[in-house]
Amino acid sequence: MKVKARMKKELAEVKLLAQHPMESGFRKDKNTGELIPAKYIRELTCKHKDKVVFIANFSHSISKNPYLSFSFSGGLKGDQLTLSWIDNTGETLSVEAVIK
Amino acid sequence: MNNRRLILLSMIGLMSSLGSMLLFPRAAFAKWIAAAFEAKTTDKALVGLFNNKEIIESDRILLKIPEIAENGAVVPVNINTDLPNVETISLFAEKNLHPLSAAFTIPKGTTPNVSVRIRLAETMNVKAIVKSDGKLYSTQKEVKVTIGGCGG
Repeated sequence: MKVKARMKKELAEVKLLAQHPMESGFRKDKNTGELIPAKYIRELTCKHKDKVVFIANFSHSISKNPYLSFSFSGGLKGDQLTLSWIDNTGETLSVEAVIK
Repeated sequence: MNNRRLILLSMIGLMSSLGSMLLFPRAAFAKWIAAAFEAKTTDKALVGLFNNKEIIESDRILLKIPEIAENGAVVPVNINTDLPNVETISLFAEKNLHPLSAAFTIPKGTTPNVSVRIRLAETMNVKAIVKSDGKLYSTQKEVKVTIGGCGG
């Protein structure tokens, strides 16, 4: 997951690009004709100092390699953020980012 | 497989699921929201999310989305509002198999301005619903889709 977090005046602006196939489970493999199993991020959370500042709940209608952008107040340059996601199979990922 | 290995493997399995639960103490995908995501129509999804609460059309929600989407697989959306005390923003793609595409939780201190990219199966209305001061407001736009984005 690529994360860019920077101060824009009083707000911390976060832009991220998660790496995930966001497979709906309704697509068929062109060669085998079999349904490709669903695999998509269900929830993505951003935490700043133990406070949850953003939650995105996704369906399989979110584009592959999800892009997200949001802002929050109360952050300062140098503060650490934790971005985490969990998908429908239970796979999780968590990364840290510093507000620049 | 000998007993020791079996025990070790099941312990690892248990620890990783506990780990997921610690990362997501709200139990990823609470039941109530799961039903809304499974709904096959916008109306049913709305009932799932908000019961039968009244939704008021508002011009204070800016829904930025292309009029014509060349590629239905990647349609950029921005929802921005100056409505006060926003708690949630939800996005519906009315003709998608499951119209509720995303639901954003906006804690106090977070700006009600979100960008995301969605898939659209065909030309359809896209609706944004904002919960502000406990009330629901909506806006919508039609997006013409040249090549559907849901594949297969």
